[in-house]
Amino acid sequence: MHALANPARFLKIARPLTPILTLGGAGLATVGAWAGLTQTPADYLQGDSVRILYVHVPAAWLGMGGWMGLAIACLTQIVWRHPLAGIAARAIAVPGMVFAGLCLATGSIWGRPTWGTWWEWDGRMTSMLVLFFLYAGFIALARASDGQDGAAEGGGISRVTAIFGLVGAVNVPIINRSVVWWNSLHQGPSITLRGSSIAPEILWPLALTALGFTLLFAGIVLMRMRAILAGAKVEARMRRMAAA
Amino acid sequence: MNAWPFIAAAYGLTGAATAALVGWCWSAMRRAERAAEALRRR
Repeated sequence: MHALANPARFLKIARPLTPILTLGGAGLATVGAWAGLTQTPADYLQGDSVRILYVHVPAAWLGMGGWMGLAIACLTQIVWRHPLAGIAARAIAVPGMVFAGLCLATGSIWGRPTWGTWWEWDGRMTSMLVLFFLYAGFIALARASDGQDGAAEGGGISRVTAIFGLVGAVNVPIINRSVVWWNSLHQGPSITLRGSSIAPEILWPLALTALGFTLLFAGIVLMRMRAILAGAKVEARMRRMAAA
Repeated sequence: MNAWPFIAAAYGLTGAATAALVGWCWSAMRRAERAAEALRRR
């Protein structure tokens, strides 16, 4: 990890990787979505509305996984002061928020024909909404504390923002276990480490969309990291020119 | 209840939001890297 501490070395790897991840991810997600819409049978209970699974589950996975990535980056910034950790946390926040929002929206759209309601204040939906607001809070805090301490220089985040990112990770296991801990309209866990309760003929396109959207997410994070690094470079040069 | 309008809404929203996010991040990256390159050449 410390081999990537040098932004120039990181950029050397990130430049060719960005289009590969973005285009590969978009291609896989498109094929998975097409298969989910046309190649799988309708569910015996939910009918065709089960097809929303192929976009809803990857959005949920990336909303939660995004915050775990953000929290690891914040921990790396606090403990090792890795120069790219704060930039990675900042880069993850926006796509993480978008996918958390998509999870809420597609879940709500799925809920109307399946449960007969757009929204229910139960454990799963409320904790996911909390995650969405945590992302918004992280983005606001990162912007508000720009340049307030040494760590926030060069496009990184302040110590307070990093602690916020770390503490917010408490919400992720709450989202995951909410359907077990509380009675909910939301179905229980269908995919666990022990296997899946979803029929294989319905499940397979989900692997394609989940992998596709994950690669796409990684491509977006690299784009944002490159933009933040370039912006920090411009700012530093302007400061040097103004001082000269 | 016919589920297809809901399916179309979910897929349409996901596709549009993802495409907008990719487009915005790509153009922001290109703009920032061009500005850094122009400043380096000055």
